[in-house]
Amino acid sequence: MRDKQIEDLKDYKYGFSTDIESFKAPKGLNEEVIRFISNIKKEPDWLLQWRLKAFERLKVLKEPDWQKAKYPKIDYQDLYYYSAPKSFKEKPKNLEDLDPKLLETYKKLGIPLQEQKRLNGIAVDAVFDSVSVATTFKDTLTEKGIIFCSISEAIQKHPDLVKKYLGSVIPITDHFFATLNSAVFTDGSFVYIPPNVKCPMELSTYFRINASDTGQFERTLIIADKGSYVSYLEGCTAPMRDENQLHAANVELIALDDAEIKYSTVQNWYPGDKDGKGGIYNFVTKRGLCKGKNSKISWTQVETGSAITWKYPSCILKGDNSIGEFYSIAITNNHQKADTGTKMIHLGKNTKSKIISKGISAGKSDMTYRGLVDISKNASNSTNYTQCDSLLMGNKCGAHTVPYIKNKNSNSNIAHEATTSKISEDQLHYCQQRGLNQEEAVGLIVNGFCKEVLQQLPMEFAVEAQKLVGISLEGSVG
Amino acid sequence: MEQKLKTDFDKFISTSNFSNQEIKLKKQALDNFLKNGFPSRKLENWKFSDIKQIIQKNIGELAFYNNYNIENEINDDIFIKEIEHNKIVIINGKVERLSFEYEESDKINLTTLDNFNQNSNDDNSLLSLNNSFSNKIHNILVKKNYLFKKPLIIYQITNEKVSNTNINFQLNFELEENSSIKIINLSDDNSEKNFINNLFNFNLGKNAILKNYKIDKKSNTNIKYDYSSITQKENSISETFIFSSASEYIKNEVSCNLEGQYSSAFINGIHLLSKNKHHEIRTNTNHLYENTKSYQLIKSVIDESSKSVYQGKIYVDSKAQKTDGYQLSKAVLLNEQAEFNAKPELEIYADDVKCSHGSASGSLDEDSIFYLMSRGLDQKTAKELLINGFLLDVVEKITDEEIKILLKNMIGLN
Repeated sequence: MRDKQIEDLKDYKYGFSTDIESFKAPKGLNEEVIRFISNIKKEPDWLLQWRLKAFERLKVLKEPDWQKAKYPKIDYQDLYYYSAPKSFKEKPKNLEDLDPKLLETYKKLGIPLQEQKRLNGIAVDAVFDSVSVATTFKDTLTEKGIIFCSISEAIQKHPDLVKKYLGSVIPITDHFFATLNSAVFTDGSFVYIPPNVKCPMELSTYFRINASDTGQFERTLIIADKGSYVSYLEGCTAPMRDENQLHAANVELIALDDAEIKYSTVQNWYPGDKDGKGGIYNFVTKRGLCKGKNSKISWTQVETGSAITWKYPSCILKGDNSIGEFYSIAITNNHQKADTGTKMIHLGKNTKSKIISKGISAGKSDMTYRGLVDISKNASNSTNYTQCDSLLMGNKCGAHTVPYIKNKNSNSNIAHEATTSKISEDQLHYCQQRGLNQEEAVGLIVNGFCKEVLQQLPMEFAVEAQKLVGISLEGSVG
Repeated sequence: MEQKLKTDFDKFISTSNFSNQEIKLKKQALDNFLKNGFPSRKLENWKFSDIKQIIQKNIGELAFYNNYNIENEINDDIFIKEIEHNKIVIINGKVERLSFEYEESDKINLTTLDNFNQNSNDDNSLLSLNNSFSNKIHNILVKKNYLFKKPLIIYQITNEKVSNTNINFQLNFELEENSSIKIINLSDDNSEKNFINNLFNFNLGKNAILKNYKIDKKSNTNIKYDYSSITQKENSISETFIFSSASEYIKNEVSCNLEGQYSSAFINGIHLLSKNKHHEIRTNTNHLYENTKSYQLIKSVIDESSKSVYQGKIYVDSKAQKTDGYQLSKAVLLNEQAEFNAKPELEIYADDVKCSHGSASGSLDEDSIFYLMSRGLDQKTAKELLINGFLLDVVEKITDEEIKILLKNMIGLN
């Protein structure tokens, strides 16, 4: 049974591409393209000005190169910055109006919108290339006053909220990729949870890059007002292509007093083939701001895809007593490279943060945990606990740990632990003795190794993630 | 600065008698330094301690010409009385005395090097600076099967004749098969506002043992950079202990290359800082062969507005299976203004390894203070006792009993 499953999944199963005519902006990165995007999305003037300001800033910024994973230079003039399925020029009103081919794609992806709606009770905001396809479960959410829509829609319908919070965590003056996103972002999700509302279901987005030569620049903005709670899921896939594609998203989270945001990602972008050809460059900026007192932001990520993953979901703990958490599993195989970790910036008093990172590298891949814990002068009584463990399979891969620890407050404590090892022979032997074959034994041990993080995922995702962990390591033992 | 460097270099060359080969190498080193300048925070290794800025702020204009023709008088009072020892006395970067009175003279070979190791490293232009301005490099070769009878104490002295000057010094040790040496490096500064740049090279042959203890305990306003490069062959052992407390600014860098199997490197360090000091230890252990082992333990006690930095990297080559690498850094912050930065780093390319690092920083444990006070100690004594115990842990790692007792008394930890 398991063998069959593996056989099915062995090759990247999301590697089909959908034949839908798409509507693109002219190639290249310039003021015209930005005006084009802004115009086609019927954006207000302030946003166009905001984009242009970001573009001005971008011109003076240099692409960073300090990361471990090097990649050939990206020609930013050779990309399409906007691509939408043609039938989307007039946005469909409900699911029945959707292009059947599109629905088919989602079915292959395993998120039949309609079934999901019925069975899972998850509200999905699917992003197909750059335009949000349809948002399900809207009515249930509207009742509670929760806004869950595409960011383009939010710009039209809730401009005050967007204007107030957009760029408040990742300013347009930030680093290169974040600023690039600010200039050309096309779509993404927007969530607003009103005060004292607990969102009754998990909110979810599914990203998919379809058209070739396009960069996907989505922008997600989640605001949890006082005393509210939301759990948000994000999943990613892309078709198989020989060339590399860029994905530079920005995700901003804002938690006000007593609010909590839980953000989970299962990232399974196309990792390139066995020789390291093709695959997604996943250069994403994710940042959460615990703005209010007693607020909490928790990131959970399972990173198994992408040719290069380069991201550091961070928490700025500004409010007193706020909490930041980061749970991560990163798995690299073949020629994949990952340089990921987190930043915990403690500004308020009594702030707490916890980092659990599990890295597994196999094949010829390279895995780096890079993190920053910074406790500032005023953040008294703050604590941080960090644990990062790496597992190596074979001697052609690498596992690295690069934590930066800054403690400027004598009442605060920081503890950091890291270990690197291989799967112990004894454990393998024990499992095999009890009848598991070598691959099953490795799968079991790896799942145990990751358990601390997998537990943090919502149920529906945990199952998928557990499967992914198994698949990603396929063929790496023996 | 560039002009100053060039004129000082010409002056230095014309007043010394280097061979043509040396002059050529020195010129190359100078060019390399001119290209890169002093390292600043833009370089990863200097992120926490921007030496360019520190020199500008504390010294300002720096002179690079250092007159090695001046005869300096040696004051015998500074010598350690407690133990018998061999001596190297260095005053203002010039070797004034080499005495190995307790050793068999035919077992040691003292020479000066004509062909020095370029050590050119773009990340570390200070090595180039050292190569271009240091005086004749002495090489101490310990012959096969010879074990040093008494420790060697290197007295590094600066006197009031120099100020606002860059002093470069370089020393080479070669340990042949089965040999061993114990070194205490003691600095004694009577000068102000100099930038002292030291470079020590150690080459350890098969089964060789190096014990190297570095003590910085006399308060001074100099800025120091101290680099030890250790290369180890099969089954050799190196032990480095750093006590860094008194200079205004000091960065101790130890780089170990474990090239032979069963070789091991131990690096232990203490930062005991007060006032406005800024000290850094950076260790770089490269496991390049199978079955090698390294261990680092660094502890900091930071008071007032001083700053302690520890950067430690363990690198494991894909060849170096069965590596053991352990690293631990702990810091106690005693004052609100104090700061501790750490960057423990693992870079691993082999799978059959056991590597770990840990780093913890925080205040003294309130419960322990309470416990001691409830037994009749006042708060100050209780704190002192805890700090003493905290640091003693590192001192106890010293493997040479005689030196351990000497250093304990010297540092004031009992």
